[in-house]
Amino acid sequence: MNFRIVSALVMRHLFLYSRTPMRMVELVFWPLVDLVVWGNVTVFIQKNSDEKFGGFILFFLGAMILWDILFRAQQGVAISFLEDVWTRNLLNIFVAPVRTAEYLSSTFFVGFLRILITCVVMSFVSWIGYSFNIFQLQWWLVPFFLNLMVFGWALGMISTALILRWGQAAESLAWAVPFFIQPVVCVFYRVEDMPSWSQPIAWLFPATPIFEGMREVMKTGTMSWSHLWVAAGLNVIYLTLAGWLFVWVLNLTRKRGLLTKFATQ
Amino acid sequence: MPSPPDTREVILEARDLTREFDGVKALDKFSFKLHRGEVLGLLGANGAGKTTAMNCLLGLTLPTSGELNAFGLPLQANRIQILQRSNFSSAYTALPGNLLVWQNLSVFARIYGVPNPKKKIAELMELLEISHLSKRVTGQLSAGESTRVNLVKAFLNDPELLMLDEPTASLDPDIADKVRKVVRKVQRERSIAILYTSHNMRDIEEVCDRVIFLHKGKIVREGTPADIVAQSSSDNLEDVFIKIARDGEILDEPKKDSAV
Ligand SMILES: Nc1ncnc2c1ncn2[C@@H]1O[C@H](COP(=O)(O)OP(=O)(O)OP(=O)(O)O)[C@@H](O)[C@H]1O
Ligand SMILES: [Mg+2]
Repeated sequence: MNFRIVSALVMRHLFLYSRTPMRMVELVFWPLVDLVVWGNVTVFIQKNSDEKFGGFILFFLGAMILWDILFRAQQGVAISFLEDVWTRNLLNIFVAPVRTAEYLSSTFFVGFLRILITCVVMSFVSWIGYSFNIFQLQWWLVPFFLNLMVFGWALGMISTALILRWGQAAESLAWAVPFFIQPVVCVFYRVEDMPSWSQPIAWLFPATPIFEGMREVMKTGTMSWSHLWVAAGLNVIYLTLAGWLFVWVLNLTRKRGLLTKFATQ
Repeated sequence: MPSPPDTREVILEARDLTREFDGVKALDKFSFKLHRGEVLGLLGANGAGKTTAMNCLLGLTLPTSGELNAFGLPLQANRIQILQRSNFSSAYTALPGNLLVWQNLSVFARIYGVPNPKKKIAELMELLEISHLSKRVTGQLSAGESTRVNLVKAFLNDPELLMLDEPTASLDPDIADKVRKVVRKVQRERSIAILYTSHNMRDIEEVCDRVIFLHKGKIVREGTPADIVAQSSSDNLEDVFIKIARDGEILDEPKKDSAV
C-alpha cells in the first residue's frame, strides 16, 4: 500500500468537488430535505400524542443521521468509481501502477469525507431547527458510527462490483443497493417489531446490531458491547467478502477483455 | 536478407500470445521482441488485433494463452513494477474532462511519484507546445489538444516502455508532424522502447525502426519499413498495407512470393 498513490487519487476527487459545486449541493441538499421532512413529521407526532412518544424525536432523528452515514460511505465508494467511468479515466488508472487496494482505499477516504460534510450539516440543522443536539447521543455511539461507515464501504464495493459486472446499465445500483437492505436492518424500528420470519434475516447484516445498539445506548446511556462485537464481527466478514468479490469481478472483466470496453465507452 | 540480431536489452517480449473472443482468435500465436531504444510499429487493418495486443501487454486483457515478459519479468505477477516504468496513451482515452489540465497532470504526476512535478509538467507542456492550455478545462479541449495533453501524461514518469495506440489519429497534418518529431526526439534522448500503432503510413515510416504487419491476429510481414516495401511488388508502404488488408491470407508466406 502506497499512501502517495492513495492521496493522489483522493486529490483527484478534491479537485472534482472544488470544480463542480453541484456535487457539494447534492451532499448537503438531500440530507437537509430528509431532515426537514422527518423532523417536521416527528414534531407533528409528538404534539398529537401522549407522553410515551417523548423520546421519539431523539430516536428518529438519530436513526436518520446514522442511516445517512451508511448511505454516504457506500456512495463514496460507488460514486467515486462511477466518476472514473463517466470521465473515461479508468483506463488511465488501470495502466498506472495503482494497486486495487490503493484504489479502493482512496474511495473509502472519499466516503469518509462525504460523511464528515453531511454530519456537520445535519447536526447543525437538527440543532438549530429541532433543538436536537447530536452530541447528547453519547460518545458510546462513536464505535457504532465507525462500524456503520465500514459496512457502507463494503456495500460500496459490492455495488461497484455489480456495476463492473453488468456494465453501465447497472449504474443505478450505486444508489439502490443500500435501500435493498433498508427494510431489514431495522433503521427506524426494532427487530422484535418485525414479522418473526424476517427477524433472522435482519441479523445477517451488521447494520442491524448497530441500529439496535444505538437505540440501547440512547435509552440506557450505557454501552451495548454485545451489539458492537456482533456488528464488528459481521463487518470483518462483509469487508473481506466484498473485497474478494470486487477483485474477482475485476479479474473476470480482464479475462473477458471487457475492461477496456468499459473504460473507453 | 535477414537483419543482424538485435543485441540491445529486450524490454518487452511476447511468446505465442493468443487471445480468443468467443472462439475467434483476435491474436494468434503472436510473438515479438521489443528492444531498448527501439520503436516498433504495429500495422494492420481494422480488427487485425493491434489494440488487443496492446491491451494484453498492458495487463488490461488477459491472454487466452502465451507468455508475456517486460523488463525480463513475467507480466501478470509484476504488473505494478512494470507499469511504474511504462506508460500508455491513445487517441481513444482521455483524462477526466471535468478537471483543469494542470489538475489532471498533477494527479498523475503524484500517482507516478514524479520528483519536482511542477517543473516536469511545465517542461513537457512546453515541448508539446501546449503551455497555454494549463488552465483550461480538459473536456473542452479540441481532439488534437487533448491528444497532446495525453502525451504529456504518457511522458510524465520518464517511461522506458511506451505504448501509443494511434497517437496521431485526429491530429491535423501540421500537429501530427510536430507530435511525431517530439515523440522521436524524446524517444532518442531517453532510449525509450515504443510500441506504436497507426493507420497513417507517414507516421510509420517516420517514427518506426521496425514494423510488424498483423492480419487476423497473425504476423504476415516483419522488418524495417524500407525492407518491407523492397520485398513487395509495391512501391510504398500504403500499397503494401492495402494488399495485405485485402488478400492477407494469400500473402501468408511473404518470403517465397515476394520479389527481391
Ligand atoms: N472484448 C471483446 N469482445 C469480443 N471481441 C473483441 C473484443 N475486443 C476485441 N474484439 C475483436 O478482436 C478483433 C481485434 O480487435 P482490435 O481492437 O485488436 O483491432 P485493431 O487492430 O486495434 O483495429 P483498429 O484498427 O480498428 O483499431 C476484432 O475482430 C474485434 O471485434
Ligand atoms: Mg485499435
